[in-house]
Amino acid sequence: MTAVFFDNVSRYFGAVRAVDRVHLTIAEGEFFAMLGPSGSGKTTCLRLMAGFEQPTGGHIEIFGETAEGVPPYRRSVNTVFQDYALFPHLSILDNVAYGLMVKGIGREERRKAAEDALAMVKLPGYGTRRPGQLSGGQRQRVALARALVNKPKVLLLDEPLGALDLKLREQMQEELKILQKSLGITFVFVTHDQGEALSMADRIAVFNEGRIQQLGSPEEVYNRPQTRFVADFVGSSNVLSEDLCRSLGLKASFASLRPEAVAIAPPSEGALSLAGTVASQSFLGATNRIVIDVEGVRIAVASPAARGVPAVGSPVTISFAAHDLHPMEDA
Amino acid sequence: MRSEKSNPAPLGLKLAAGAGLAFMHLPILLIFLYAFTTEEKSYQFPPPGLTTQWFAVAWSRPDVWAALTLSVKVASIATAVALVLGTLCAAAVSQTRFFGRETISLLVILPIALPGIITGIALRSAFSMADIPFSFWTIVLGHATFCIVVVYNNAVARFRRISGSLIEASMDLGADGFQTFRYIILPNIGTALLAGGMLAFALSFDEVIVTTFTAGQQSTLPIWMLEELIRPRQRPVTNVVAMVVVMVTFLPILGAYYLTRDGDQIAGAGK
Repeated sequence: MTAVFFDNVSRYFGAVRAVDRVHLTIAEGEFFAMLGPSGSGKTTCLRLMAGFEQPTGGHIEIFGETAEGVPPYRRSVNTVFQDYALFPHLSILDNVAYGLMVKGIGREERRKAAEDALAMVKLPGYGTRRPGQLSGGQRQRVALARALVNKPKVLLLDEPLGALDLKLREQMQEELKILQKSLGITFVFVTHDQGEALSMADRIAVFNEGRIQQLGSPEEVYNRPQTRFVADFVGSSNVLSEDLCRSLGLKASFASLRPEAVAIAPPSEGALSLAGTVASQSFLGATNRIVIDVEGVRIAVASPAARGVPAVGSPVTISFAAHDLHPMEDA
Repeated sequence: MRSEKSNPAPLGLKLAAGAGLAFMHLPILLIFLYAFTTEEKSYQFPPPGLTTQWFAVAWSRPDVWAALTLSVKVASIATAVALVLGTLCAAAVSQTRFFGRETISLLVILPIALPGIITGIALRSAFSMADIPFSFWTIVLGHATFCIVVVYNNAVARFRRISGSLIEASMDLGADGFQTFRYIILPNIGTALLAGGMLAFALSFDEVIVTTFTAGQQSTLPIWMLEELIRPRQRPVTNVVAMVVVMVTFLPILGAYYLTRDGDQIAGAGK
């Protein structure tokens, strides 16, 4: 069944087109990511799903029901906010039980449900504390428990891991994924971190300037970007110019090439090659990032750190397989 | 820079500060002293003798009680009106953006910046033009104009500290507007409202200027005191009442001070 359906949805703020004619279909049980730079419309899309914004035009359905005009408190959708938005005057238990309390569920029943939810996010026994006494990571888990205790049909997450440090973020990515699979709830999450989107989501919608640039599986979005923006934003692909494409015998005007598909080596049989000079190099841990200047076009190469690094300014030959070169639209 | 802080202040500065404080507060102590004097017609110093009889006299005078109850009633109702209107106004100004927001904010604060005499004259002419007879309610209205300001100022400061996402989170979790107000907004602005209400009560309780323009035949406590000073009989009764006024206004102001000081921890969403 379709969990969320957007048909030609727009949201304008005055002259600003925050969301511009967006179509999307999110399936039930899917882990869906909306990826894009700030101001690209991804958060506004999330707020349209939550009901904090109403569309200027178009049609939204959540589990087959029309969503326009339905206030947030009548939607079977819950949100984990970017700043967590825990109620500072309530204990952790009362925070988690809030949704059940306003629905009029009895004290004992909601206490039990809240404690179960806290155990699920690995914070058992934290119920008596206040939000101010918890760390950022713990507050994030409370926000998650507070949303999930209501058994929403769709869980919306607005940059949920943005405020956490790298180690905690990786751990939470893993946990969120496991939680989503075990609960079977549709997760829709917003992020500007392409690594997060690629590692967690079943499908990704890449947003730019209010529109979806590409919608597909992480592999599709990463390996076959359809537009220059996607190539650039998701993992910084190389964009080969028209001239370069023509010299390689390609018909498309632009093509993308992932840095890790390129090797600094003479071409083996059937591979394509280009000659250039080393423009710069930087050490990234597992790989070296070496930028090669080919007739004025800069092509980044991700080279394994074990391999030697040619000196800056020295002439090199780069090679890559023809199937790694992906033609794309100019947008 | 640190050493400058711990340096003791020069003697001259200490003396000047002491003299300034004495100049402000000794007259108040004198008022307390004359509540106990045996001499009832003039304030001669030192008092010829000390007595507590004026407390009994003040207690048994019906005009004192009439003025006191009127003042308490006016202050209570003006405060209640200010609490409702001031909170609503603060909510509108701090939570939404609309055309003329800054202007409304300024207009609400204006009555406390305007001299009381202007407010008084304006209200008086407005009441006569509208043919509203001067009564208890005209006093309440007059006082409410400046009581709203203190409630508004306190509430608006607290509203600004409530993150907008708290209200959205409450709605998201299934609470409608009333539930969100009751369970989320009210607990977070409660102490600010209490403090604002206390200040408003204290302001109304000792207000003279606006009251003289908006009152009919009634005398609030401060007006009564003003009239009493002209009469050369039982003067210490005025001093006894003055002590009561100090008590009734000072305690709420002190309370408001402590409430808003602690407010930082209550409303702090972060650490």
